[in-house]
Amino acid sequence: MKELFASASFAGAALTMVAFFFGSMIKDKFKSQFFNPILIAIVIIITFLFTTGIDYDTYNSGAKYISWFLTPATVSLAIPLYRQIEQLKNNVFAILTGIFSGVVASAVGILTLALIFGLSHPEYVTLLPKSVTSAIGMGVAEELGGVYAITVPVIIITGIFGNIIASSVLDFCKITNPVAKGLAIGTAAHGTGTTRAIELGEVEGAMSGLSIAVAGLMTVVVAQIFAMLH
Amino acid sequence: MKFIKQLSVIILVCFAGEFIRYIVPLPVPGSIWGLVLMFILLVSGVIKLEKVETAADFLIDCMPIMFVPGGVGLMRSWATLKSMLPAAVCSVVLVTPFVMLVTGKVTQRIIEKGDE
Repeated sequence: MKELFASASFAGAALTMVAFFFGSMIKDKFKSQFFNPILIAIVIIITFLFTTGIDYDTYNSGAKYISWFLTPATVSLAIPLYRQIEQLKNNVFAILTGIFSGVVASAVGILTLALIFGLSHPEYVTLLPKSVTSAIGMGVAEELGGVYAITVPVIIITGIFGNIIASSVLDFCKITNPVAKGLAIGTAAHGTGTTRAIELGEVEGAMSGLSIAVAGLMTVVVAQIFAMLH
Repeated sequence: MKFIKQLSVIILVCFAGEFIRYIVPLPVPGSIWGLVLMFILLVSGVIKLEKVETAADFLIDCMPIMFVPGGVGLMRSWATLKSMLPAAVCSVVLVTPFVMLVTGKVTQRIIEKGDE
């Protein structure tokens, strides 16, 4: 198995696809956000690699072509953002202030935890962009000298957790305005949260999608500043 | 052919993003420069929505799977994660609802004030 994997250039990519679609099937079957396809795929692949003794570099020599598409996909996020341009113009002040408050709240929260737990600087900047979409969070963590291989799973788990708790938190805090609901979910839990916002309504979904890009961009700047504080 | 044209535009913007990253001394990933550039090109009308949206929607649709290989990288950095596990767990469980609360409340306040 090891030799086959090392000599086949499509093995890593094929394994990733199969594991992901298996994850999607499980999610469809149970219709629960607890079963996130990304998380299931990661668990399956890690288990497979440990069992067969294949190392990460061998796996990634094929799988890296899938990750390669993250940059064009991130650039593509400009398209849904542009589609919401009217909604963006109408509520521009509330939207930008709301998302900015959330981005700062996230950074303050992580800084507080870093001080409480006595994290090192690389550990702190690894967690700093944990609320934004993986493509941006991964880039920010890497640029600041963090370990992006940890940032990504933390981001993914944040998304799943945010997705699960969204309705309860919004109800509990009496956040009823659809624009506010969408921004709250997208800013706290990026794309995975957005799938929940889409279920809540059209405005919620659009606003949550918008926050993925805007919160991501604001985090690029805010994380630079907060990185200097610890 | 249509799909290839659309993909070409996106790939060109990706490269332009990397170029900006190369010349601007800021720790901003090329993908983010590309996103900003693409948005500006759409708003200014240089690129028409129809010229990129099919390929863009396809890429966004496939986006979840692109995070998998990076996540599998966790197996290499488990030792590092172990040392910060309590902080990582708290960052998810405490900070996520806190961000939701702050973003939602601030936005709602401003919109309600505007309506009065």
